[in-house]
Amino acid sequence: MASSQVIIVGAGPAGVRAAEALVTAGLRPIMIDEGTCDGGQIYRRQPTGFVRSYKTLYGTEANRARNLHQSFESLRESIDYRPETLAWGLWEKQLYVSSGNRGEAFDFSALIVAGGATDRLMPVPGWELAGVYSMGAAQIALKAQAVAIGRQVVLMGSGPLLYLVANQYLDAGANVAAVVDTAPTGSRFKALPLLFARPGLLAKGISLAARLRFNGVPVYRGATPLSIKGDASNGVGSVRFRSRTGSEREISCDAIALGWHLRPESQLADLARCDFHFDPVTHQWLPSIDTDGRSSISGVYLAGDGVRLLGAEGAEIAGRLAALAVLNDLGHAAPVDERVRLRRRLDVMDRFRRGLAVAFPWQPAAVRELADDAVICRCESITAGDIRETIRVKGAVEVNRTKALCRVGMGRCQGRYCSDAAAEIIAAETNSSVEQVGRLRGQAPIKPLAVLTEQAGTITNVSP
Amino acid sequence: MGASSAFFLRQRNRSVILVERDLIGQQASGVNFGNVRRQARNLAQLPLANRSRAIWGQLPSLIGEDAEFLATGHIRVCYDHEWIDSLEDYVQNAREYGLELEMISRKGLSARFPFIGPEAVAGSFSPEDGHANPRLAAPAFGRAAARLGAQVLEKTEIVSIEKTGEDFELVTADGGCLRAPAVLVTAGCWGGILSAQLGEPVPIVARGPQMAVTEPLPYLIEPVIGLATNIPEEAVYIRQVARGNVVYGGGLRGPAYPDIRRAYVVPDNSVSQFSQVRRLVPALACARVIRTWSGIEGYLSDDLPIMGPSAHTAGLFYAFGFCGHGFQLGPGVGDVMAELIDRGASTTPIEAFDINRFSDAEQAA
Amino acid sequence: MSGRFVRLSESGRQQISFSVDGEAATALSGDSLLVAMLLNFPRLRTAEFGGEARSGFCLMGACQDCWVWMETGERLRACTSSVAEDMRVYTQMPEGVWPVVK
Repeated sequence: MASSQVIIVGAGPAGVRAAEALVTAGLRPIMIDEGTCDGGQIYRRQPTGFVRSYKTLYGTEANRARNLHQSFESLRESIDYRPETLAWGLWEKQLYVSSGNRGEAFDFSALIVAGGATDRLMPVPGWELAGVYSMGAAQIALKAQAVAIGRQVVLMGSGPLLYLVANQYLDAGANVAAVVDTAPTGSRFKALPLLFARPGLLAKGISLAARLRFNGVPVYRGATPLSIKGDASNGVGSVRFRSRTGSEREISCDAIALGWHLRPESQLADLARCDFHFDPVTHQWLPSIDTDGRSSISGVYLAGDGVRLLGAEGAEIAGRLAALAVLNDLGHAAPVDERVRLRRRLDVMDRFRRGLAVAFPWQPAAVRELADDAVICRCESITAGDIRETIRVKGAVEVNRTKALCRVGMGRCQGRYCSDAAAEIIAAETNSSVEQVGRLRGQAPIKPLAVLTEQAGTITNVSP
Repeated sequence: MGASSAFFLRQRNRSVILVERDLIGQQASGVNFGNVRRQARNLAQLPLANRSRAIWGQLPSLIGEDAEFLATGHIRVCYDHEWIDSLEDYVQNAREYGLELEMISRKGLSARFPFIGPEAVAGSFSPEDGHANPRLAAPAFGRAAARLGAQVLEKTEIVSIEKTGEDFELVTADGGCLRAPAVLVTAGCWGGILSAQLGEPVPIVARGPQMAVTEPLPYLIEPVIGLATNIPEEAVYIRQVARGNVVYGGGLRGPAYPDIRRAYVVPDNSVSQFSQVRRLVPALACARVIRTWSGIEGYLSDDLPIMGPSAHTAGLFYAFGFCGHGFQLGPGVGDVMAELIDRGASTTPIEAFDINRFSDAEQAA
Repeated sequence: MSGRFVRLSESGRQQISFSVDGEAATALSGDSLLVAMLLNFPRLRTAEFGGEARSGFCLMGACQDCWVWMETGERLRACTSSVAEDMRVYTQMPEGVWPVVK
């Protein structure tokens, strides 16, 4: 059959398992990844010269991590691997990438987008100060660099990472000043039926909080963030919150890690013009796929946390399933029974995913109650008041219009960390739902692209 | 065009309903480069452009906001010596219309506009031109029109217009009906659909501008920068906004699909633009583009808009198809059309834009 | 000046000398530029519109809040770049870069 070029974007669990399935079938996919090494975020590798063990780095996931890394090592010669390369744009069946300042365009018969996720953030007044990080950042600092983000670290938010990272910091010798859990008390118990889909992980979660307390780390559950205090020059100095009993507390700190679980990085799916749907469980827009990862666009497949947050194990399964779908669609043999089994495993994981959303809910009320002077868009310094005024005075009711009129989401991060909160504020102000408010329209480049970028074959300097 | 016309008609105490299929300022008005430029226009447009420029300067007192208009000047350079005569000719011709331009030599460019690249051999400077924020201007006029009492119907699509007797009947997509003795079509690229329905088709095509914006940089480039050239991919234009972002566009156009109201930036065009903007402003090499966008602009074959009364239907007027250079004309177009509709004639000449210039063209029946 | 980050382990690596805003500092081979800078100094850049010091945010190349300047006018995203010997980094735009290249 005619040679088909498959491109995989992402060298994390989903991308690696997809590559594996394709290579086994005799294909040689191109793998594009922004990172220096394979592994994605969860299984991010430490640089050469670091000596910590897999157990230290990945804890209970050590074997999975090692397995994944070794799989990639054995694949490496059989794929066209492009690390430190950004996939920034798409046109018909061409993917546009750049590495350093060198641009390139690749034709594809099939594209598997496995771009992963990033942290989901709720603004907290003062979060624009130096010393505030995402929860994932706190973990990356430790995992990939063996550093702590500060001398007195507070971790605040809600999600599976909160207690995990706090314990990792503890074990590594960092000073954790407090863990402030904003999930409503009782939410975890509401989620129990769903969380029991994966009982091992549930038990792990419950013991991590106890472990912190045992080691003298104050843990506040059912807390409400109030503000992050500090000054413009020196950054964070303390964090204020209301405990579940209603009393206000202030904890001194020089670094704060904030996080409310994750949000898919779905920008490439958006550029590919894939359909999206609003997921009421997680209150997010997600790209739509069939059971195997086919998007609404022929030739474009989606897998991993960039589609829905099934975690690393789910990503591995989804990656393989998407690759099998590619093989099937390109006319190769693809095992039917295995695909059925993989789909079933994903279903189990999806129940757990929904359980996580109930146990660690996104908290719209907290966002909607933010004072007018709270910064929502960190890139452009746009406040909640700016957004509300734009709606009142200029009549915007939808997120793209609001962005055009008041600049929320117009900064370098392209709305990654402000758009969820902005949508809540617009919905509150217009008395509508987040779904009605709409989804920020994606535009190329999906990350900042250097004006220095040059690409062989494009019309450039035409001298007379 | 529609929003400013509605505003100026209300100022003349005319009863106005402003109908917009989506939201005011969402199409060409909102996606263009933001040039408030008279220099380099077809000379026949200069009276209109001059009138418009005067209004730009009065926006705060007129509509309560300035749409970020800055009169920072417009410098138009050329790489090819053969263009210098052309620039000089234009300087002379424009003077007769009251537009004072200044030729700048290579030495002058280095002294006054040192950020312009070394390939530029000369330039022409228009000190009173400038730029504004296209996302803000039309909506601001729309709100001002509403405050003056215009009835503004957004998210309302007109599916047919017919003259029945003295009045026009406009049917909306939701089955409603509007009636009025006068209709002004300011439907941009889609104006041709309506004019064809009314028996006056025009050869209008849709094109998508290729726009980009960089991250914010220190605000140090004031004038808008353009290039005089015949080479399509070279024709880029650049401006820095007060917040520091650099907006640019030009070069090759992209595909636009008026039926689905979508237009796209072609990645190849983005890359081609990079090298061209680096020629025009070499320091842009330090910048990163954070967003690109396109939109739907309507172009007529002679690069002039349709503006003025219908050729054969009383009470019917047009102002659409501004060929990608209508932003600066917006306030003036509104003022002139309001005058025309209100008084039967305009003091500013617009005959060159008459729709009947296409009536002899071969059109499919 | 003191830094923001704290090195917890993995100190057995080669030392690297570099400078930030002209001030000398040291890091270890394998440190990202962000980590190298924040072990020594408290800020990476200053926010354009709020004026506050910034020190990165996501550490994974998504937030774009850690772009720093090289003396040459080159830009590096500190969290996805490695510190290298003799690197001369700036937390604000150096001279001769914008709007005229010297």
